[in-house]
Amino acid sequence: MSGAPAASPSPTRILGPRGYAICLGGIVWRELLRFVQQKERFLSALVRPLVWLFIFAAGFRSVLGVSIMPPYETYVLYEVYVTPGLAVMIQLFNGMQSSLSMVYDREVGSMRVLLTSPFPRWWLLFSKLIAGVAVSLAQVYVFLAIARLWGVDIPPLGYLTALPAFILTGLMLGAIGLVISSLVRQLENFASVMNFVIFPMFFASSALYPLWRVRDASEALYLVCLANPFTHAVEFVRFALYGAFDPLSGAVVLGTTIVFFALAVIAYDPGRGVMGRRGGPKGEAP
Amino acid sequence: MTAFHPPAPSRRGAPLRALGVALIGAGALLAADAAEAYTVFVSNERGNSISVIDSETLTVTKTAKVGRRPRGITTSPDGKVIYLCASDEHAVQVIDPSSLKVLRKLKSGPDPELFALQPSGNPLYIANEDDNQVTVLDVEKNKVIAQVPVGTEPEGMAVSPDGKTLVATSETTNMAHFIDTGTFKIVGNVLVDARPRFAEFTSDGKKLFVSAEVGGTVSVVDPETRKIIHKITFKIPGVSQETIQPVGVRLTKDGKTAFVALGPANRVAVVNAETYEVEQYLLVGQRVWQLAFTPDEKLLFTTNGNSNDVSVIDVPNRKVIKSIKVGNAPWGVVVSPQ
Repeated sequence: MSGAPAASPSPTRILGPRGYAICLGGIVWRELLRFVQQKERFLSALVRPLVWLFIFAAGFRSVLGVSIMPPYETYVLYEVYVTPGLAVMIQLFNGMQSSLSMVYDREVGSMRVLLTSPFPRWWLLFSKLIAGVAVSLAQVYVFLAIARLWGVDIPPLGYLTALPAFILTGLMLGAIGLVISSLVRQLENFASVMNFVIFPMFFASSALYPLWRVRDASEALYLVCLANPFTHAVEFVRFALYGAFDPLSGAVVLGTTIVFFALAVIAYDPGRGVMGRRGGPKGEAP
Repeated sequence: MTAFHPPAPSRRGAPLRALGVALIGAGALLAADAAEAYTVFVSNERGNSISVIDSETLTVTKTAKVGRRPRGITTSPDGKVIYLCASDEHAVQVIDPSSLKVLRKLKSGPDPELFALQPSGNPLYIANEDDNQVTVLDVEKNKVIAQVPVGTEPEGMAVSPDGKTLVATSETTNMAHFIDTGTFKIVGNVLVDARPRFAEFTSDGKKLFVSAEVGGTVSVVDPETRKIIHKITFKIPGVSQETIQPVGVRLTKDGKTAFVALGPANRVAVVNAETYEVEQYLLVGQRVWQLAFTPDEKLLFTTNGNSNDVSVIDVPNRKVIKSIKVGNAPWGVVVSPQ
C-alpha cells in the first residue's frame, strides 16, 4: 500500500465542500470498483434472495392470502409478501460485507491509509456508508427486476418511491455493520457475525412472516420481532414500494441509523474507541 | 489490495444516471385509466343484507337489510329495479336501487337460489332448488306463467341472447337442461361433470359455459348440437386439486376471455375463450363465488363468501387491485347498467 495517498490528486489541500465531495467520490468509487471486480460477490448477493424467492416462496404459496394488511389493498401471494424482506436482506448482507471489508482493510493496513486523511473521521465513515449503500442499491434493483419477471408485481411508481427508503435502510444496516466491524478483531471471526447478527436479525423479523402470524405463534417472539430494527427496515421498504409511508418504521430506521452511526464514530476514534485499545493486528508496525 | 483510486470524473455519475433513467421510465408506465362510476350491489347470504359499492372510489357506500338468506341478485335491463332471491323468505324481492327499500315481493316458488331474466326484462326464470323445478314468473303481473320440472337441485340459470333458450343446471343430476322459452318444455339435456353450478352464454349465443363445482371443470357446450366442445380444467401450483371448485363464470362481450371463480381455491381463472387455455390465476378472497363486470368491462367484482369481502379485478391489466369488506358471507353481485 505504499504510496497510495499519492495516487489521489492531493485532496489534502482542499477541505472545502469540493474536497468533501472528492473524498466521498473516491471512497464510493473504490467500493464500486471493488464490487465490480468481484463478480462472484454480485452473483452471490443475487443468488441468496433468488433462492428464497424461487424455492422457499414457491413452497409457501398457499400460506398467505388469509388476511389483508397495510400497505396491501388485497390478498397477495407469498412471493409478493416476501420480496421487500428479501430486498432488505440483500442490504443486510451488504452492510455486513462492508463491515467485513473494514476488518480486512484493517488487517492489510489500507484502513490506516484511509484514516490518515485530513477529513473528519465521521465524514470518512459516512462516505464508507454511502459507498456501501450505492453497491446495495445496484443489487437491490437488479433483484427487483428479476422478481418482476417472476411475477412479483409492484406498482411501477413504487420502484421510485422506495429509493429513499432503500437509501435509509442501507445506511442503517451499514451503520450497524460499522459498529460490528469495530468489535471484530480478525477476519476469521466473521462467521460468528453471521450466526449472531445476520440470522437472528433476518429470521426474527417481518421479512418472512407477517407479525400477526408470529404473534399467533408466540407473544414473546412477536415482541422480539417488534424490537428488531430489521423488522422496521423491512416494513419501511414494504410501505414505500406501494407509495405509502409508515411513520413508526420510518422513525425507528432513522433513529437506529443515527445511534449506530454515532457509536461507529466513537468506536473508530483511536483516542476513545475500542479501536485504539485493540490496536492493529499483530505483525504490523503502528 | 486496490489502492485509493480517484474517481474518473467523466464516468462517475454514469451508473446513477442509468438508474435514474430506468426509474423514470418505470414511472411513465403507470397509465391512469379512469373508469366510469357504476353502482355495485352485493347480496350477503348470512348478513341478510345488501352492500352497495361505488365502482370509482371502491368503497362501501351503503348497507341495507333485506329478506333472509339473500343469494341470486340481478337488475332489470333499464337498471330501475333490483331482483333478489330471498331464499328463506321463499320470495323474490324487488328493490329500489337508490333507496334500497323492498318495493314488492314476487311469487318465486320455494327456496329460490339463482335466476335469469329474459333479455327483454320479463319474465324471470327462477331455480327452485328444493322442488326440482324452474318457475317462470311474469315480473309485471307477479304471476307464475309456468313451472318446469327439471333434474334434482337446479341452480345455474342462463338465457340465450336471442331469448329463445333457457338453460338450467341441476346440481345432483349433473345436467344442463335446455328449455324452449316458447313452450316451456325441455328440448335437450347435456351431461356435464359433477355439481354444475352456473351457466353462461357467449354474447353471440354460439357457446355455453357450464361450471362443475365438484368435477372441477368448465364444459363448453355448443347450444346448437348440444354437444360438449371442450372441457376446461384447472391446475394451480401449490393449491390442492380438491379445493378447485369452479362456480361463477363471466365472459367478455367479444367472447375472447372467460373469468371463472374457483371457490375455495381463492382464485379467479382467466381463460382464453377461443383456445380454452387458462392464461392466469388471480388471487382473491376466500371461497370466491360469483362474478360481475362493470358495463365497460374495465372492472370485475368477485364475492368471497368466507373472507366477507369483494375483490376488484382490473380487467385490461388482469390484476386484483383491491379487496373491500362487505357484509357476512357475500354471495351474489350485480353492477347497475348505468
